[in-house]
Amino acid sequence: MNYFSIFIGAVLVNNFVLAKFLGICPFLGVSKKVETALGMGIAVTFVMTLASIMTWLVQVAILDNFGLQYLQTIAFILIIASLVQFVEMFLKKSSPSLYEALGVYLPLITTNCAVLGLAILNIQNEFDLMETIVNSLGAAIGFTLAIVLFAGIRERLELADVPESLKGFPIALITAGLMSIAFLGFSSLSI
Amino acid sequence: MNLVKNLKNGIIKENPIFVQLLGMCPTLAVTTSALNGLGMGLATTTVLIGSNLVIASLRKFIPNKIRIPVFIVVIATFVTLIDMFMHAFALELYKSLGLFIPLIVVNCLILGRAESYASKNNIVPSIFDAVGMGIGFTLALTVLGMVRELLGSGSLFGATILGGSFEPALIMILPPGAFLALGFLIGLVNFISKKRAA
Repeated sequence: MNYFSIFIGAVLVNNFVLAKFLGICPFLGVSKKVETALGMGIAVTFVMTLASIMTWLVQVAILDNFGLQYLQTIAFILIIASLVQFVEMFLKKSSPSLYEALGVYLPLITTNCAVLGLAILNIQNEFDLMETIVNSLGAAIGFTLAIVLFAGIRERLELADVPESLKGFPIALITAGLMSIAFLGFSSLSI
Repeated sequence: MNLVKNLKNGIIKENPIFVQLLGMCPTLAVTTSALNGLGMGLATTTVLIGSNLVIASLRKFIPNKIRIPVFIVVIATFVTLIDMFMHAFALELYKSLGLFIPLIVVNCLILGRAESYASKNNIVPSIFDAVGMGIGFTLALTVLGMVRELLGSGSLFGATILGGSFEPALIMILPPGAFLALGFLIGLVNFISKKRAA
């Protein structure tokens, strides 16, 4: 498998949000405006890539080495939680402007199942380090693409005349469903 | 009396899926059939009861500043147990739920109940709270699974209901069907609760 097909596969064909249902909470929660959606996307891209590298190293160097695979879930969630904390502290000191921009979204990422899901998937697919990085970048860009497109639609939706009972969440879900149908078209893409 | 109220609270008034909109990822992902929905619901309920029990009994010993990491470790422990248990005793279900079993850890419903209820209340009410929320979650997942299975493959719990001339709408068991079905179900719940209030 070459890197290009892994990348396109992760961005379009197996889009994390619309085909695999990972990271639905931020997808629905912070998609009211395009700007915030983009901020969330960038924060997720950052954390996802870092977390995948860290968890891959821990899996290979510690868990596999000592036969501790059953600790995978606990180890990974701790790595992600502490990584998010660390990134937050690091950004606060080194790049206050970026911290200001991402600040609110960083803590939310710990409970973003896309991060943990990606880490586990990378191990399940037996990727090597380079493939892990490419796959993580692809998945994160796919997430950003989906959330920004969705936010764009929701901004317009504000002005639409929606039936009373479907206002807010239900119509957002139905919109996501229609987007998901559109993304289903990519599944016939064979690279 | 109060305990019954706890139960009812989770099932109806604060139903995790239809009212609080928590734990969306597993809800959408695993409800391709009623049985998968039920299995996921029961697994989550078990983890929820375990974590509420442990957190409620340890709440006086957990330092406030590191409570979230402690909660996550407790939850992850129960998830690992359930993971192994299902691998050993329910292999079919284990395979069809796949990735979403370890992902119970990041289900916001569980951390949410730990933070907002179990860390402030005694053991017994916490267990009732967990059971109520768990039943509400399981119920919602099973209903969603039933709707999707009926429309998407014409069966319920694996038994064919709509045979013969019925042409299954395949889209309902594909990813888009999850969004559409849940959107309309929440819309229906809103509609009913508004009718009641009026």
